[in-house]
Amino acid sequence: MPHRLNSGGLLIDRSKTIRFNWNGNTLNGFEGDTLAAALLANGKALMGRSFKYHRPRGVVASGFEEPNALMTVGAGNREEPNQRATAVELFDGLTAKSQNHWPSLGFDVGAVNAAVASVAPVFSAGFYYKTFLFPRVAWKHVYEPIIRKAAGLGPAPTKDDPDTYEHFHAHADILVVGAGQAGLAAARAAGATGANVILVEQTASIGGRLLTETDVTIDGMSGADWVAAQVEALEAMDNVTIRTRTQASGLYDHGYALCYERLGDHVAVPTGPRHRLWKVRATRTIITAGAIERPLAFANNDTPGVMLAGAVRDYLALWGVAPGAEIVVFTNNDDAYRTAIQAYEAGLKVPAIVDCRKDVNGALPTRARSLGIRVIEGSVVVKVKGGKEVSAVQVAGYTPSGRVGGAVETIRCDCVAMSGGWSPVVHLFSHCGGKLRWDEDASMFRPEPERGAPIGADGVINTICAGAANGEMSVADGLADAIEVGRAAAKEVGFNIGRKAAAAQVDEPAQEALQPLWFAPSIGKYSHGSKHFLDYQNDVTAADVELAAREGYESVEHAKRYTTLGMATDQGKLSNINGLAILADALNAPIPKVGTTTFRPPYTPISIGSIVGRDVGDLFKPVRKSPMHDWHDVNGADWEPVGDWRRPYTYIEPGETREESVNRQVLGVRNSVGMLDASTLGKMLVKGPDAGKFLDMMYTNMMSSLKPGRCRYGLMCNENGFLFDDGVVVRTGEDEFLCHTTSGGADRVHAWMEEWLQTEWWDMKVYVTNITEQFAQIAVAGPNARKVIEGLTPADISAEALPFMSYIDTEMAGVWARIYRISFSGELSYEIATPAHHGQHLWNAIREAGAPHKIMSYGTEALHVLRAEKGFIMIGDETDGTVTPQDLNLNWAVSKKKEDFIGKRAQSRSFLTGKGRKQLVGLSTADPKTVLPDGAHAVEDMSVAQKRTIGHVTSTYWSPTLQRSIAMALIEDGLSREGEVLSFPLEKGVVVKATIVDPVFYDKEGAQQNV
Amino acid sequence: MSDMSPKPVSALDRATFEGPLVSIAEAGPVGMITIRGDFADAGFAKAVEAAAGVAVPEVRTFAETATGGLGWMSPDELLWVLPYDDAPKAATDLSAALGDSHHMVVNVSDARTVLRVTGKAARELIAKGAPVDMSPAAFAAGQFRRSHIGQLAAAFWVSGDERTITIVCFRSAGAYLFAWLSESARDGATPGLY
Repeated sequence: MPHRLNSGGLLIDRSKTIRFNWNGNTLNGFEGDTLAAALLANGKALMGRSFKYHRPRGVVASGFEEPNALMTVGAGNREEPNQRATAVELFDGLTAKSQNHWPSLGFDVGAVNAAVASVAPVFSAGFYYKTFLFPRVAWKHVYEPIIRKAAGLGPAPTKDDPDTYEHFHAHADILVVGAGQAGLAAARAAGATGANVILVEQTASIGGRLLTETDVTIDGMSGADWVAAQVEALEAMDNVTIRTRTQASGLYDHGYALCYERLGDHVAVPTGPRHRLWKVRATRTIITAGAIERPLAFANNDTPGVMLAGAVRDYLALWGVAPGAEIVVFTNNDDAYRTAIQAYEAGLKVPAIVDCRKDVNGALPTRARSLGIRVIEGSVVVKVKGGKEVSAVQVAGYTPSGRVGGAVETIRCDCVAMSGGWSPVVHLFSHCGGKLRWDEDASMFRPEPERGAPIGADGVINTICAGAANGEMSVADGLADAIEVGRAAAKEVGFNIGRKAAAAQVDEPAQEALQPLWFAPSIGKYSHGSKHFLDYQNDVTAADVELAAREGYESVEHAKRYTTLGMATDQGKLSNINGLAILADALNAPIPKVGTTTFRPPYTPISIGSIVGRDVGDLFKPVRKSPMHDWHDVNGADWEPVGDWRRPYTYIEPGETREESVNRQVLGVRNSVGMLDASTLGKMLVKGPDAGKFLDMMYTNMMSSLKPGRCRYGLMCNENGFLFDDGVVVRTGEDEFLCHTTSGGADRVHAWMEEWLQTEWWDMKVYVTNITEQFAQIAVAGPNARKVIEGLTPADISAEALPFMSYIDTEMAGVWARIYRISFSGELSYEIATPAHHGQHLWNAIREAGAPHKIMSYGTEALHVLRAEKGFIMIGDETDGTVTPQDLNLNWAVSKKKEDFIGKRAQSRSFLTGKGRKQLVGLSTADPKTVLPDGAHAVEDMSVAQKRTIGHVTSTYWSPTLQRSIAMALIEDGLSREGEVLSFPLEKGVVVKATIVDPVFYDKEGAQQNV
Repeated sequence: MSDMSPKPVSALDRATFEGPLVSIAEAGPVGMITIRGDFADAGFAKAVEAAAGVAVPEVRTFAETATGGLGWMSPDELLWVLPYDDAPKAATDLSAALGDSHHMVVNVSDARTVLRVTGKAARELIAKGAPVDMSPAAFAAGQFRRSHIGQLAAAFWVSGDERTITIVCFRSAGAYLFAWLSESARDGATPGLY
């Protein structure tokens, strides 16, 4: 580890060497390293290639804001792209590889793009927009294939993820986001009152920048010691929970935050869930997310070795790594002098501090000078020399008009530590409507809750920023702010905050004002490869933003999309402010006038696995199972989804095809007897003095006139008059009805009934309960149906005692049963309901009793064929949301006497009563063996080129009973076209001819069921 | 001819799961009756109390008895939990007691699956799927929620001895919920917040 220092490294354990693999090479690091720290320690400054130009790139930052050092981490089915090396914790056996390079990181074909770009700007701002326009043909044949090959980040994983993920709902009085000094102080202040506090920190360590800033003491303690003392105090509080490796990724309405906990990313194989997504509901949220340093825009500022000044300090202090041996600091503020001082104290060379300000005399500059470090005032870095790594910088004077002045000096170095000032991390605050204001003095956007902030259900502000996230950049100010905010939050939640403790004694170097520097002028021609990068990850330069402004993209939101500034996976954490400052300059407008783009969750990308949680594989979606589900499963069920249920489509016996099994079942019912699991049918119990009146409104036909003990088929329409559900209504008492619905429509009908009762007819005395699942229901149908069940029940079920459309409550096979005599097959048929826990028992009993009659279990497809032979409609086949009962020739089920029902008025509208409505007909194909495809369209005239459709097939089957095809269709004015021959053009020039016939194909008189 | 005194069989037939920090058991058949009516009507409250042995519970609570209890489902709906075999007659009797007043009493015992969750991590297991503060302070014994666990509608409460969380869901979804909870408890991943 050539770049590992002999001392320093607060976060590493030098006694524990970690071996990892990077781009095929085995390297060593220490426990506590991030991947970025370990790579730097090994002298690997070149960590990737950029997105568009494939320029060599190194790590810029030390934290989650890193734009460049994206790696594909893991191998095999744990391979995951686009991981920030600065956020990846090192562990034994970790494998990682850099991205965007081909054939190797050192030599990259894509870098030719960059060379070409210097002559003709292939990837200039608005590239995609312009390419879409002209020339069109180039997009398909030139740009698209080339871009696809060259661009893109890491490849998406293709293998199944072996890890598990989960969600967790947590509630807190106060959520504190970020465990730096402000977060610790706020949590402690709030926790001391007894409030329930959750403190989350995205990294593995607590303390934030305080661990790095060695020139700060609080109450006589070093930053690290003070942090340790706070953690100890917080851990002693039962009401405070600290979660590291947990990022508050998004903030939503009413104090709802998503926190992304990474439990298994720092080990090779997680023992439990890899990620846990916390769904936190907090009464108050305190954002102490700190601040992010801004890069400076100067020529070739993307050369590996150019880093944020604070990040250089972090590598020195936290991981004992020297990003370079000779470090030039380029700054517009005092804070970056700390980097020079720490580097010097670590034994590194600091050839110069280049400061754009004149007369720099603050405490830190003074100390730097006293160490003998050269400070070049009023100057800027005009260019970085070097290709894959920094070899020198060129420095020149900076005139008040923003130009280069005076002689150009070349200073040898291998690292540039830059600082353009710090920006508060206001992302979370902004996720949920928080407004910002531009602080001219400090050159930063900071929260302005007076103009807008996240609010709770009570309309009161529930989220507040504190410390650096609130723009309070000094330790003393930040601490005071955080304690104040922590106490205020606890008080608002209802805790007694008592007296305020004495303010902490903070000793820190004072800092003088920074001077905004949004663009450091260059020397030579801009076009010759010298680029001022703003957005490293999306390769957006200052020139791109200026071009966008020139071309009229003046709104910051437009400029963002046109240039793609801030649209990469890092969402412009480093580039946003610089980009809009340059846009403002180009537009000659003040920065606040230009404004910011909208920050959106998540703060950094979170895994899809964490969003999905446990609902993968068999748990992807709940499947509803009938009481006899398991029996079906072991008896050949070929399942089909019906709503969330699974129903047997058919039961396939050994040696038969699916079609053969359906035919067998249909004939089994017609010739002897069959049984069907009808448990999934919806069942709504409707009770009350107004139940009849209510159902007269819900159904098109009259229900109030139904006699107790009797059944009636009913239709339900919506307000537009369209049919949406049907079923048999049973009057089970003077003021009680049981309404059967379709299987898939049960929940919808229940909600529909409740909606009318709760919002429109709240004066009606009616209760509705969905008792669908209380009963197993078994249909027994066929000429031998009565013979099968009569021996199972003491009740008289003769035709006289139990006529068609009636029911009886009795016992069957020793359990309570309700026997309905209803039919959806046209055969003698019973449906028997029994409590669900007895469903399998009754099913077995009926099978046993039916054995002498070769009783056959039949599935939904046989059910469909049986009903189609009888011309019965099926909701969802013959209806599609635009079909009225009249279209289906069901006028007999639409009351003419009732004053009103839902849909009545709509059904009298001219459009629904006029000519040209599609009406239900039967179809008889010219060739009886030809089964029309479902959905086939009939055309008016085959002889014309532009054929007009006059309707389509809604149900079509092979009828084993009739030994021919049968079909139903909705055809324009079909009811008056009986006998007409229609043409159904299919694929490959095939035209099927079919005659319009009565849709009742079988037993029109109903002789079969009247026995 | 089949057995003439068949036993009711619940959806999971008393399946159990043993995890490192939590156990899950399907309770078998449990009696449950949906009661709808006007809570403010003294006659209603009196009849319900006489039948269930406990007064109409407060909002979002479950009033436990030795054999079951009463849960608050909505402003006009109660869940009466009682022994399975008692439910049919209890429903008929209560409906008779309520007489002509507008009400609905319906046996829904078979429409449900009842799971009992015990163990150190029971509360946090529920909180993996339900948007409810399951901490002992917020969800003390007697608290009752009609909410969801993962994708499924579910109601649940903590028993008076604080040891058991009882979950009620639809019968058809019982197998899914059992599998979901078992999977969520399998690796012993306990957030450890409470």
